[in-house]
Order: sequence, then structure tokens, then C-alpha cells
Amino acid sequence: MSGDPGILSFGAYIPRKRLQRAAVHSANAWFAPSLAGLAKGERAIGDWDEDTVTMAVEAARDTLVGFDRARVKSIALASTTLPFNDRLNSGIVKEALTLADSIAAIDVTGSQRAATSALIQALRGAVSDGDAQLCLASEMRKSLPASESELLSGDAAAGLLIGSGEPIARFLGAHSVTMDFVDHYRSAGMQFDYGWESRWIRDEGYTGLIGAALKDALAQLRVEPAAIDRLIVPIAARGVPEMLAQRAGMRPESVANTLVAHVGEAGAAHPFLLLAAALEQAKPGEKILLAGFGQGVDVLLFETTQALQKLAPRRGVKGSLARGIKDSNYMRWLFHRGILELDRGMRAELDQKQPGTVLWRHRKAVLGLVGARCSKTGAVQFPRSDISVSPDEHLAHTQEDYCLAERKARVVTYTADNLTYSPNPPAYYGMIDFEGGGRMTVEFADLSPEDIEVGREMQMMFRIKGVDEKRDFIKYFWKAVPVV
Amino acid sequence: MARGIKDRVAILGMGCTKFGERWDKDADNLMVEAYEEAIADAGIDTSQIDAAWLGVGFDAVNIGPSGIPLAVALRLSDIGVTKVENYCASGTESLRGAVYAVASGAADIALALGVEKLKDTGYGGLPVRSRGTTFDMIGLTGSAPGNFAQLASAYRATHRVSKDDLKRAMAHVSVKSHANGAKNPKAHLRKPVDMETVLNAPMIAEPLGLFDCCGVSDGAACAIVTTPDIARGLGKKNIVTIKALQICSSNGWELQQGGGWNGSYFHTTRVAAKRAYEEAGINRPREQISLTEVHDCFSITELVTMEDLFLSDEGKGWRDVLDGVFDADGSVPCQIDGGLKCFGHPIGASGLRMIYENYLQLLGRAGPRQRRTPPSLALSHNLGGMPSQNVSAVAIVGLADV
Repeated sequence: MSGDPGILSFGAYIPRKRLQRAAVHSANAWFAPSLAGLAKGERAIGDWDEDTVTMAVEAARDTLVGFDRARVKSIALASTTLPFNDRLNSGIVKEALTLADSIAAIDVTGSQRAATSALIQALRGAVSDGDAQLCLASEMRKSLPASESELLSGDAAAGLLIGSGEPIARFLGAHSVTMDFVDHYRSAGMQFDYGWESRWIRDEGYTGLIGAALKDALAQLRVEPAAIDRLIVPIAARGVPEMLAQRAGMRPESVANTLVAHVGEAGAAHPFLLLAAALEQAKPGEKILLAGFGQGVDVLLFETTQALQKLAPRRGVKGSLARGIKDSNYMRWLFHRGILELDRGMRAELDQKQPGTVLWRHRKAVLGLVGARCSKTGAVQFPRSDISVSPDEHLAHTQEDYCLAERKARVVTYTADNLTYSPNPPAYYGMIDFEGGGRMTVEFADLSPEDIEVGREMQMMFRIKGVDEKRDFIKYFWKAVPVV
Repeated sequence: MARGIKDRVAILGMGCTKFGERWDKDADNLMVEAYEEAIADAGIDTSQIDAAWLGVGFDAVNIGPSGIPLAVALRLSDIGVTKVENYCASGTESLRGAVYAVASGAADIALALGVEKLKDTGYGGLPVRSRGTTFDMIGLTGSAPGNFAQLASAYRATHRVSKDDLKRAMAHVSVKSHANGAKNPKAHLRKPVDMETVLNAPMIAEPLGLFDCCGVSDGAACAIVTTPDIARGLGKKNIVTIKALQICSSNGWELQQGGGWNGSYFHTTRVAAKRAYEEAGINRPREQISLTEVHDCFSITELVTMEDLFLSDEGKGWRDVLDGVFDADGSVPCQIDGGLKCFGHPIGASGLRMIYENYLQLLGRAGPRQRRTPPSLALSHNLGGMPSQNVSAVAIVGLADV
């Protein structure tokens, strides 16, 4: 029997740092005093070692809490800021999640509504019981200093697990329109967006296109506007969701918070992020209307079910917001995003060339943090080796794959290193012991200087280990971050 | 355990360059400088050398592969020359080659030379380098101070020592070595420092400040070894022999959770020390060892090494340090020549430099820093790698008739 298609699970990841908009504006006010009105609150910024792939991995791990990963049969990653143009970014995510090799994967890009469009495809394809499709959205936009986008954008990722059976939110239908409305664009090779006048975008784009699409969607789906419990319009411009709700005849209290005050607008990931936030708050039986906007409009309607209450606890948006730490170091962020050059010294000159053969051979260890467990003694080790790490036993060829990524760990030794090159000095690293066995020396991330000691509980996160700037290649690996 | 080589090999001559920023010298100039002192001390001719070993740590800014650079620099006479590399223990490793050649009878006279030209990198500290393509993807490439600083965090946690107490003990290690180095004309750093300066220096890798770190230097050191009989035949009166030479390499045990290593000490040093004491017939090291040169790349390394060599009780080394046990006038002086801290640390040369000092001290030739109590057995400890994975070399030399 095939059940209703819908959302089985959700997850989110927002990087820990919250750049204070006042700090940005105080640096740029001499040039752009008119941005004073936006210089309130904070936006999420990824650290130097994060990008849309690493954020997508974290959102996916959160989404898959409580689910058997073997159920995932496809993965879609939506973003307009993926690190690779021609290397399957969702393929990296798949390896990090140690999903089965026999799954489909696709990167969806090119528009701010890439994620909602991918979601519609996944929902319409959700027919087979038990199978699940992982839809991820992740965005980290680069903005010019002293731009509006710099203040309003935010870095974040979110995930939705789609399937049939017992969804937490049933899919009631969707409506799409496609029109080449160029409110902004970024041509191939461009680093930054080029945008048109905001008044025109508000009138013709938001009021005109989204307004009409919402109306048409409700008519098609035969739902009264007042029956909508949550309206999600992922637009950061002040008052736009409220204006659209009013025009469509929806209740003012149905308008979902856009998270602009603490996160910023996360581009293609924003619809998923806001949907995840809505699902966190919703009770069973609520109707959620989700819009995506970009050269047209996607509108999707969901109804939450009783299964929502059985969903395993997760970090989600709420937990991600709670992890936030204030950051006023605007210069550091510009450097991390490659907008500002610093004298990094000769130690930064180490060649980071990544031999493709080695990455292929060790892809499970590198991307999936797969070590090994001795089938005779149960001893866990990283990395895997032919002869067991325990020299007393001297057992050869007894090891089985053993993934350490989801294991908690504790700090055994640590330091804060000012000498080695790090884009975010000092470099914290040390030795950790995993619960259930296994030990490794590893870099630490997301650390506050006062929050590190022998015995500190840590968890693993997928991060950028290094960048080969000569050949434009990103090397990923896992780092330990404090459990917050 | 094998019978060992106690008293089967004698040191015929030694040499050591001034360590430091030798802007005017290439590696081969440094090799010649150390060699000329050693061969003059040995009183032999180049043609009498049967085999040679060269210890070098870093290739990138140095001499490139093989033993050929040594053969060419010294114009050795068509003998086998082997280059060895074992991290910062490469110097002692080169001596092991020469000593084993003599002990086995394969060579009558053999030469060991360690050299390092580090000051052509363009920056302070050791060159940043790869540890292999696989390691670079999953391993950690911190700085040397960062790797060793972790000893301190684990030592504090294991022995419940406060941050302040440990920092003061570490500072004492460095103050002592600076005082000793000031008396050594060949030392890289010859300025005494006080506790306040050490404690308030900029942080390099927590909790190691600038003065907790050794100097990175250019330099070379050389040993010429033979059998005691040949040495006597060449007219040598006071003979210094190898009492023990042990090297132990990590096999990954430290990085196994179940093994029980807690990050606060050197497993390999404990193993190598036990074997060396056994080889040398030493059962009361604190009383029998006259002086020590240990691998004080960082103050914390020296501190925990005193425990690993069984010269302090476990967890008590920091107190012994503060009590002055290892000062030049203490019961077991450590780094009477200034150590890596002040004599300097040209990687490949350091192990031989330690033995050079022990050799001079045993023969009463150490000048103003000569230990007044005549030493009879001297230990050197030469370490390579990092606490979690390393190679530890312990050499004990002494007067032949002791």
C-alpha cells in the first residue's frame, strides 16, 4: 500500500557565528550612510572552513536523526553558491553521509527557487513506500562590502526528507509559474549579484508575481485563504510577507517569521529553513503554504499530521539559533570570504595539492570518517590498517568498516597554536577519544577560548580542511566541535 | 634482550660547529667545519674511514637525497655513505649506523655526521612540510610547539598540577638552559633570561611561550668511532665508549584508545631508557648517571622526559625541576651546554651535539661549563616526531674503565 507523499523529517544548520550588523555598518557608514536602517540585529556567517557543501552535510545529518540512512534512495542539493561547477556537490554530501553507493544524486541550481522546485519534483516522485528522498538546500552568498545584500543575507542550510507512508506533513499540491523576471542576476564567473531597483521588485515581483501565484495556488487547491495556518514567504525585504498575506486574505498571525533579525536571508535555502522552523512550531493538522521566488514562483501546500509529534528530537532551527555566538569582527569575515587579502606569511605557502587517486582510494575515511573495528577484539581505530592498531594482538586483516562521524568524543590533549598557519588563529587541535573506542588527533572548530579543557565533550562536523588555491580545489575532512 | 654493545665501540674524535644563524654557510661548509674538528681530535687521516652515515632531518631547504653530499663535501675515499632520517632523532640514528658498523667488525673506523641548514626557509621555526599524501588528507599538521604543547594539557590533567605551577616549572627549565648556554661559545643563544621574561613572553602554542621553545639553527656535528683497541693503538689514553644505544619507534600504540596512553609522557622514551640502562648495566640511574643532555625542544618536553628517563618520579618532575635537581650545580645536571633551547637545534646535528657535550664533559674538556664533580656516565636523549607518534633515542657514553 502506498501512503500519502509528504515530508518525513526536517533538519537545519546555521553556522555558529552571528556577525553584528552594527559592526558592518560602522565600518562602511562613511561610504554608505543610507544603510543605517539595516544596521540592526545579526546575520549568520560561515567560518572560513564552511561552504554550502559542509553546511548541507550538517543539515542532512540533522534531517536524518532517527532514520535509517539505507532508506535514502536519492539526494538533491539546491543552491546558487555551490563550490564546484563540475563535480557533483551532492556526491560529496553523499560520501560524507556514508549513504549507499546505489543512489541517485543531483545538484539543483540557477535560481532562488531551486530548492522549492526540487522539492516539488521529489514530492511528485514519492511513490514507493519505505524509500526516501533527501532534499537539501544550502546557501552562502558573497556580497560586496557596503551593499544591502551584505547586511541582509545569511548563511544557512536545511534539509527535508521526502517519502510516502507516515509523513509529518502531507503534500496537498503545488503550483508553479515561470517568467524571466530579472530582479537580480549573477552570470557565470561573476562573484557578486547585480540587482535592479528594489521598488520595482516589490511592486512587480513580490506583489505582482508572488501575489498572483498565491491566489492561483489556493484556487487550484480549493483552500480558503483563511484556512492557511502558516504562510512562508522567504523574502527579507521588510513587510513583504505581511503585505502578501493581507492581499491574499490570510490571517495576519499566519505569517511566518523570516528569521532576518538573527540569521538573514539564506537565498535558495531560505524556503527550507523557514519551513523547518514552521514544522518545529506547528501542531498536527496545520496547513502550511510555502512560496519560492526566482524567475517565477513555486507555491506548495502541506498539512501537518500526528506523526509530527513522534519525530525524534533534533537541533533544527531552534537548536541552531541557540548555538549562535556574537561576532563583531567584520574584517575577519571579509578575509574568510576572500574579499580581503591579508599578509598570510610563508607558512601559508604549503602546497595543498590533492592527488585524485588518493582521494578516491580513501574516500570513505576522508569524506565519511570511516575507520575500522577489529572483528576479533572489537578495538576501534582510525584510520583503518591491515594490521590492527593494538600491537599486543597483532591481528591482520580482521577489520571491518566503522563510522566515527556520529560518535561523541572527549578531549585528551589540546593546544591553541599561534605558529601554524590558520585563517582563524590560533589553531585549536588535539587528541580525542571516541565513545565506544577509537582515537584521533584532529583539528577543533567553533571553539571559544574559555571553553576547552581535557575531558570536554566534542562532536564531529564535516569541514574544509584546506584549499588548494593554485588549482582551485577544496579538501574536506572532519573536525571536532564542542557539544553545545 | 640481545647482548648489546657496551664498551665495544669507542669515540675516537668529535667535532661540532657553532650553532646559530650561519647566513654565510651552506650545509657542506657546516659539514666540513664539524668534520675538521673531529678528524683533528681523532688524529687520523680521511683515508682511514671505512664507512660513513649522514643524518639530516629536512630535505626541502637542505642537501637533497642520498649520502653523496657528505661524500662530496668531505671527499671521502670511495666508501659507502648512507643518509639516514628519523625526524629530530636523525643525529643519533647516524651514530647508530657508524657504531653498529664498528661493533659488527664491518668497519674499523666509521664516521657519523649530522647537519641541518634551516635558516634558508625565510621564516622562524621548522619548515612546513607534507607527511605523505594520505596523511595530509586525514592527519593533523600543526606546528612543532603545538604538537608538544599538548603534553602540558594532559600532564596537568593527569597529575592535577595547576596551570601556574606547571608554567613556572617550565619557565625554570628555560631559565636554567639560558644560564648554561651563556657559558658556551658555540651556543646559538647566549643571553641569560629571568623568570619574569619567560613567564611574560608571547604565547606560541598554549601554554608554551616564546622562551619555552628551542632555537632553530644551522649547524653540524660529527663523531668518528672505532674499537677501544684501535683507539688505544692510535695512542688514545682516556677512552670514552658507548655504554648503550637504544632507539624505540612508535607503532601507533599511543593512538589506540585501549592502550591507555594519556598524552602526558613519551612511551618510547620509557622503553628506550629501560633498554639502555639494561644494556649499560645501570640499575640506579639517579645515582649512576652523572649528567644528561635531553631533547628539550620545548620546556615541557624536558620536564616530562626527566620522568620518562626515571630520573624523577612520575608526576613529580615539575617539583624536581623547581628544586633545581637538573640545574648545572644540581645532582643530575641537564643541558649543561644550553641544550636544544640555547645551543640550538639543527635537526640532524642535535643528537651528535648532545654526545659531543657528554664526550667533552667526560674528558674534562668543557671549559667554563665543565662539571666540577668528574662525570663518569653521561646520557643523551634524542627525540623525533611528536608526543603521539615519535622515535626516541637514548645513548649512554662513559669512560672505558667505569
